[in-house]
Amino acid sequence: MSQLGIVYALLGAATAVFLSGAGSALGVGIAGQAASGVMSEDPSKFAKVLIMQLLPGTQGLYGLIIGFVTLSKIGLLGGGVADVSVQTGLLILAACLPIGIVGLISGKSQGKTAAAAIGIIAKKPDQFGKAMLFPAMVETYAILALLISFLAVSAIQI
Amino acid sequence: MNDLEYTYAVARIRALEASLLTDSFVDQLVNCQSGQQCLELLSERGWGDADTGLDAAAMLKREEEKTWEVIREAAPDLTVFEVLSYTKVYHNLKAAIKEVCTEVRNEHIFYDDCSIPGTEMLSIVENKEFGRLPGKMAAAAQDAYDTLLHTRDGQLCDVIIDKAALEAIYEAGQNAEDEIIRNYAESTVAIADIKIAVRSWKTGKSLEFMKRAMAECEGISVDQLSKAALAGMDAICEYLAGTDYAGGAQALSESPSAFERWCDNRMIETIKPQKYNAFSVGPLVAYQIARENEIKTVRIILTGKQNDFPEEAIRERVREMYV
Repeated sequence: MSQLGIVYALLGAATAVFLSGAGSALGVGIAGQAASGVMSEDPSKFAKVLIMQLLPGTQGLYGLIIGFVTLSKIGLLGGGVADVSVQTGLLILAACLPIGIVGLISGKSQGKTAAAAIGIIAKKPDQFGKAMLFPAMVETYAILALLISFLAVSAIQI
Repeated sequence: MNDLEYTYAVARIRALEASLLTDSFVDQLVNCQSGQQCLELLSERGWGDADTGLDAAAMLKREEEKTWEVIREAAPDLTVFEVLSYTKVYHNLKAAIKEVCTEVRNEHIFYDDCSIPGTEMLSIVENKEFGRLPGKMAAAAQDAYDTLLHTRDGQLCDVIIDKAALEAIYEAGQNAEDEIIRNYAESTVAIADIKIAVRSWKTGKSLEFMKRAMAECEGISVDQLSKAALAGMDAICEYLAGTDYAGGAQALSESPSAFERWCDNRMIETIKPQKYNAFSVGPLVAYQIARENEIKTVRIILTGKQNDFPEEAIRERVREMYV
C-alpha cells in the first residue's frame, strides 16, 4: 500500500510538469508562429517579438518548480524514498493539480494573447510596453495556481 | 480550418499593414502637381520595382502581383480566396466568348492572375469545352455563347455572365465558414444590384431586363429594387433608406461619382473590424481587398492627374483607406 502512495505522489509531480509544460509548449508555439510572421517582413523587430514569444514559457517553469518540490518532499532527490501513505499520496496529487490545470489553460491562452500583442508590435513598435501588459495579465492566474500548489505541497506532512 | 492555423499569416499581414497607404498619404498624392510627381512619391514608398520604374501601368500591375504573392506565401488554404477572383474569371469568360464569336483578337484583355487565365479560357470557348468550367459557370457560358451567336447582342451576353458571376459569389459566401467571406459576398451582390438599378433607370431599361440582370441576396429585394428603379431615382433612394445600404441613397443624391465612392467605402467598412482580429482568415481577405482598393484609388488619382482633372474632382472620387 505504501508503494501506491509514492505512485500517487509521483503522478502529482508528473501532472504538474506535464500539463503546465504542455500549456507552455502550445503557447510558445502559437506566439512563435506570430513572431515568425512579423520577422519575415520586418527582422528589426526580432528582440521585441522574442520577448513576447517567451512569455507563455513561464508556466512550464512553474510546473517544474512544483515537480521539483514534490520530488524533494517525498525524498526521491535525496536518495531515500519516504514512506508515503495512499492518503498522503493523494493529497500530494491534489496539491499538484492547480498548477497543472491552470498551467495548461493559461499557457495556451497566453500564447494567443502574445500572438495578438505581436500584431500590435508589428504595426506600432513604440507600444511595446503596453502590448506586453496584455499577455502578462494572463500570467497572474498561473502565479496564483503556483502559489496554491506550492503552499499545499509544502504543508503536507510526511 | 482552425483559426489558429492563420497565426503566422495574420502576424505577417499585420507587419504589412504598416505599409498600406493612409488617408493622409492619399491626400499628398492628390496634392501633387503632376502624375509624374505622384509616381515618384509612390516609388519612394516602395511601389513598383526596379523593372517597372515610373511606368504607371507596370507599377500598378506589379503591386497587384505583390499582393497575391504575399497571400500565396502566407495563407495555409488558398481556396478561401477563390471567391475574390471570381470577377476576373468571369471577365475572362466574357472576353473569350466575344473574341470567339466576333473572330477578332485583342491584346491585354484577359486577367492571368486567376484560376482560369485568358489563354486557357480562350481555348475552352474555342473548343466549346464548357464542361471544363466549374459549377454553374458552364451553363452560363453555354447560354451566353448561344445568345451572342444568335442575337449578336453583346449587352445581353454581358448580363448573363455578370449575373452568373454575382450568383457564384453569393453562393460561395453562403457556403463559406468565414464571416468575412459571407459579408464580402453579400456586400458585393447588393452593391452590384444597386448599381444595376441606377444604371437601368438612367438608360430606361425594362423591369424584365433588371430582373434578368440582378442577383438575389439577403439585404436587397430584387423585386422591390427593380420596381423602384422603374419609378425613378427618388424611389430607389426611398427603398434603400429602409435597408442596410441607406448610405447609398444619400450618395446617389449627391452625384454618380459619390455613389461609386460610397460603394467602395461600404466594402472597406465591411472589412474594417478585421484590423482587430488576431486569428482566422479575415485579416488576410481584408488585406487583399484593402490593397485592391488602394490600387484602384491610385489609378483614379493618376488618371485624373494625367488628364488634368481639377483637384476637387479627383478628391471626390478618392476612396477611404483601410488603415
